[in-house]
Amino acid sequence: MLDNLSRQLIDCYQKGFPVGPRPFQQLAAEFGVKEQEVIDCLRTLRSQRVITRVGPVFDHHRAGSSTLAALAVPSERLLEIADFINSFEGVNHNYEREHEFNLWFVVTACDHEDLQTTLQAIERGTGMPMLVLPMEQAYHIDLGFQLQWQDKA
Amino acid sequence: MNVLTEVQQDRLKAAIQDGLPLTATPYRTLSLQLDLPEPLVMEQIEHWLREGYIKRMGLVVRHHAVGYRSNAMVVWNVADDKVDQVGELLRQADCVTLCYKRRRQLPDWPYNLYCMIHGKSRESVLTQLELLTRQYELQHIPRSILFSNQQFKQTGGHYARRAS
Repeated sequence: MLDNLSRQLIDCYQKGFPVGPRPFQQLAAEFGVKEQEVIDCLRTLRSQRVITRVGPVFDHHRAGSSTLAALAVPSERLLEIADFINSFEGVNHNYEREHEFNLWFVVTACDHEDLQTTLQAIERGTGMPMLVLPMEQAYHIDLGFQLQWQDKA
Repeated sequence: MNVLTEVQQDRLKAAIQDGLPLTATPYRTLSLQLDLPEPLVMEQIEHWLREGYIKRMGLVVRHHAVGYRSNAMVVWNVADDKVDQVGELLRQADCVTLCYKRRRQLPDWPYNLYCMIHGKSRESVLTQLELLTRQYELQHIPRSILFSNQQFKQTGGHYARRAS
């Protein structure tokens, strides 16, 4: 179970983290704790992998080039292929989904050319049919959503 | 107007894409790492935020770790002239965290509209999907539900040009 401060930080600061000389002090003042407690709390959350980072979420499109891609991997090769995909620095999400196309990943790169290079390397390396599904229009992207801590959702 | 030169921006982007340093003065720490004045580092980040180049800044939560253990990517095959309309409907549903249009890849993949539903269990995700399907009368649209299983990687995007 997460402590009170952890929940407050998650509830209030998935967006709007301050840009200023002492940002954690600002948060600490808001929640009535010491600056170091906030820093320690965030370090713990990060080491427990509750959060991946405190930092920016870039606009995929404007920060570079990216696409969703998927492979249909025989189940006995799933771990091996997932490891291979993960070895590419530009791959930032990679997970198994329940479908014939069972391995889904997002590839990011500084530009279109670099993205194609990575995709081709993945396709060559795996020799498997690949879906390449670039985004054409975003209607809504907000993973910083309000969590329901109580067990009802 | 950007504050830093393009090369400096790339270096700053590379330095923060995996998160700010968790020190009392993170922007100062960055400025020392990058040998740039702290006010310029902060101004550049604020500029990116204003411009929407950075969409949000804060804690990036692993939903699985906070009890949202179920996550479905629902993909729909919507007529091209209707996809914007359906996308606008889906985005309004509280349970939908992501909604976007992607290119089809025929014949293997006819789907062009995606929405993501996070929930605490498979049942809660399916219940929410059924509710929104009824609410927006989407029963006629062919769709597929892809629940996630193992997560092999989840990090921030790496967009910065590698130092040459």
